[in-house]
Amino acid sequence: MIPELGHFALIAALFVAVLQALVPAYGVWRRDRRLMAVASSSAQTQFLLILFAYGCLTWAFVTRDWSVAYVAANSEASLPLMYRLTAVWGAHEGSMLLWMLMLTGWSAAVSVFNRRLPVDLTATALAVLGALAVGFLLFILLTSNPFTLNFPVPDNGRDLNPLLQDPGFVIHPPMLYMGYVGFSVAFAFAIAALISGRLDAAWARWTRPWTTTAWLFLTIGITLGSWWAYNELGWGGWWFWDPVENASFMPWLVGTALIHSLAVTEKRGQLKAWTVLLAILAFALSLLGTFLVRSGILVSVHAFATDPARGIFILTFLAIVLGIAFTLYAWRAPKFVSEADFELFSREGLLLLNNVFLVSAAAAVLLGTLYPLVIEALDLGKVSVGPPYFNSIFLPLTIPLAVLIGFASAVGWKRARAADVFKRLRVPAAIAVLAGCTLPWLLGHRTLLAAIGGGALAVWVIVSSLHEIVRRVRAKRDRLAGITQIPRAVWGMTLAHCGLGVWVLGITFTSLYSIEQNVRLGPGESATLAGYTFALKGVEPRQGPNYRADHGDVEVEYQGRVIAQLAPEKRLYDASGQIMTESAVDHTPLRDLYVALGEPIDRNNANGDWAVRLYYKPMMRLVWGGGVLMALGGLLAATDRRYRLARAAERAALSSEVAA
Amino acid sequence: MSVGLRRGLRLLLAMLLLAPAVVRAQDRAPPPDPAHLTADEQQRYDSLIHELRCLVCQNETIGDSQAPLAADLRNQVHAQLAAGRSDVEIKRYLTDRYGDFVLYRPPFKAKTWLLWAGPFLVLLIALVVALRYARARRHHETPVLVDNEALLRLIGSERQSESEDRPQGPPA
Amino acid sequence: MRLRYLLPAAALVGLVVLFAAGLHHDPHEVPSPLIGKPAPAFSLGLLGEPAKRYTADDLKGRPVLVNFFASWCAACEVEQDYLMQLAAQGVEIVGVDYKDSDEDASRWLARHGNPYRSVITDPQGAAGLDWGVYGAPETFVLNAAGTIVYKQIGPLDDAVWRTRIAPLMERGS
Repeated sequence: MIPELGHFALIAALFVAVLQALVPAYGVWRRDRRLMAVASSSAQTQFLLILFAYGCLTWAFVTRDWSVAYVAANSEASLPLMYRLTAVWGAHEGSMLLWMLMLTGWSAAVSVFNRRLPVDLTATALAVLGALAVGFLLFILLTSNPFTLNFPVPDNGRDLNPLLQDPGFVIHPPMLYMGYVGFSVAFAFAIAALISGRLDAAWARWTRPWTTTAWLFLTIGITLGSWWAYNELGWGGWWFWDPVENASFMPWLVGTALIHSLAVTEKRGQLKAWTVLLAILAFALSLLGTFLVRSGILVSVHAFATDPARGIFILTFLAIVLGIAFTLYAWRAPKFVSEADFELFSREGLLLLNNVFLVSAAAAVLLGTLYPLVIEALDLGKVSVGPPYFNSIFLPLTIPLAVLIGFASAVGWKRARAADVFKRLRVPAAIAVLAGCTLPWLLGHRTLLAAIGGGALAVWVIVSSLHEIVRRVRAKRDRLAGITQIPRAVWGMTLAHCGLGVWVLGITFTSLYSIEQNVRLGPGESATLAGYTFALKGVEPRQGPNYRADHGDVEVEYQGRVIAQLAPEKRLYDASGQIMTESAVDHTPLRDLYVALGEPIDRNNANGDWAVRLYYKPMMRLVWGGGVLMALGGLLAATDRRYRLARAAERAALSSEVAA
Repeated sequence: MSVGLRRGLRLLLAMLLLAPAVVRAQDRAPPPDPAHLTADEQQRYDSLIHELRCLVCQNETIGDSQAPLAADLRNQVHAQLAAGRSDVEIKRYLTDRYGDFVLYRPPFKAKTWLLWAGPFLVLLIALVVALRYARARRHHETPVLVDNEALLRLIGSERQSESEDRPQGPPA
Repeated sequence: MRLRYLLPAAALVGLVVLFAAGLHHDPHEVPSPLIGKPAPAFSLGLLGEPAKRYTADDLKGRPVLVNFFASWCAACEVEQDYLMQLAAQGVEIVGVDYKDSDEDASRWLARHGNPYRSVITDPQGAAGLDWGVYGAPETFVLNAAGTIVYKQIGPLDDAVWRTRIAPLMERGS
């Protein structure tokens, strides 16, 4: 009964979505406020319906309702409750439902928080979101229904993919989807702006917090995904330039560009057409990512099981949505060209350069991801484009970006005098060079040119960002007041930029100084790596809730002291028969020690010698720490009170305008 | 047999190949003993196995993968290094058998030049467009040189943060 | 309307065409660079007769299917029935027992049927490596000159036989 109700709720949601797409749009055309108001109520109704459907599917997982095909395929009786809850989005159908939940959640949020925006703008944006919901709901109902029933009902389920039975996975997809789907709000606002022809500072100010919020979720999602892969895939990798990773990274790069160009559009009223294009592109790349992951067109470690009908559906949907958006853009965007003065050496000029590099980087990722496809479509054989390509292309495109950051906060809007700026940045530059040269030595590594460069760049980003805060505080007589008067958005920007610095530092050191070793270890034997001695005490069988494991006991010694006990496991999951490598990590901010069990040398003797992988990875935590700082910075920026204050002021202005 | 069924079977095959529980390849060579290689060869070994793609796992290097075939290929790379072959020769050995697909760093040739040059072409075009945009909008009148910072300091401390808050775009 | 504002739409059209073409390819298949080349040299023992040597020269003179199989390969069971049918039609199939033990292979062939004219043993997978095999089953089609004309990755079935292999065999003989 419950699954049928869920299915019914999805169908009802489809009807509401059709209403949400059509009625407000008609209302905007007829200038009928009553019809426009349907947008809000239908967005909220739709959210409740999807929430209900989502609850039904969750219920089916909790109660182990094997009559639901999706539940039977992605769960089994002994699966712990936490993983039964997260299994809801563990495969294609359920993850689409989660996607819908996010989309309707964002739409409902727009309808609640933007109630006092110009009614026609909100109505248009919500109609666009409604149209997107129609597409996704049709996709779910026609090709990917999570409520499809099973006949006959099996005795047990087939189990959730063991890769997904990890705490990192509990929040990774929801965060990622919040980000992907969040860009649909910026997209909807962009379309509304194109339709209405109104694109002003107020529009940019409304769009900014939404975009920043979507961006911060995407940042968390990518960071968690990287952390999860590191723990679950068993070879110490944290980023592989896999098509699925790239699919999340491209919208992130364009979203980052969008956040910066929105600042120019808001403060200076420039780059309007470009900003609108970025808003469309960020969402376009989210859709493209969905297509790449779910159509099976590319080979990836994390791709969903595929069905050609789904690929064709998403491709058609993508073509329609983006076809309309880009046509509208080609038609209306020329109206937004601004002829106002624009100086390259000014904050807006540097933000434009920031966009140039970010978009080029995104284009590089897109090219590398799709190139094998192009070659194959042209029947030229098959090529692989992997980490060596992306790493060598990406560095020259992103290093200038990190250099620019230092200038961006020191250079004012409109124009700046180069001499002043350079004078102001002398101290951060000196600190950066000094730190870059000494860091490898201080941390006990060989001094490499790349480490000096990377370290200096990282410190430059951090120090120049903080320097700006110091300068602001110094400008006041009362230092304490100086600190409290710094707007939250500035704190957010500073924190996010520092996060980038921390991230650069982490990447530099972990990629230059990591050491890995494949060793053959028997019980009682040990191996030494980077001064750490890893002793395999033994491997013994363990019974987990739904798996059997070979449980290794590894003792790590450093300078004669035992500093960690690590327990890497090799798990055999009962229901699916899949083998998983559960690595064990000991970490401090400065280094990770990572152990993964390979295979027993003699297959039939788990007590004998094992192939063991050992990794020493300096500053690994900083890579994710940087991501967390960036997301926190986004959170501060998105919640700046000026958005609310400015909104109140606009509301007042608007009502007086209406009264006049 | 229908195309769908064939695809399904192929998927099944891929799954079987991927699941080490099912594939019980007999040979489980221990990891190559690093002692046989000189330090330089060891370094080349490490970088080579992280640039070659494992074919069965589809998206892992042979250095990272635990599939039996990846172990075979690692051993092969190891043996050839020990026999004094160059990196180029070893890569050619593999591409002769598996094609360019095994190379994660695509070689620069007729069908990949756009891949390598593309990002920089995009960057170049974007830079030109941005510079032209800025150039077309440069100040035409002689600029009035005002030191904004100094002015703000003169006006008073409170104003500065307010100016940050004030929207500066043109009115709606 | 200025042209450059149409660029995103143009790019979209290009991408959609590319993807529509891409959906027809199976990304898991790696085409073999050996097509059109002579079969790689090898000299291996035969199942049950380890003293006898079988070499690449023995494959010349008539069209042959070379099928890499193994007792540990579940997908091989799927295709064995069809290979039996082909053998009954007079198609010559040479089996390569890939990374397997002789006893396991003999037992497996007894159970699932033996369509092979000869069974070559490749316990270390050395020939497999030279032939660019990356899993079992894989089937190579050789013409009378001993040149590889086609490679099937995954189980062979009637559709593949009729559309891909039979025409090549006819041309070859």
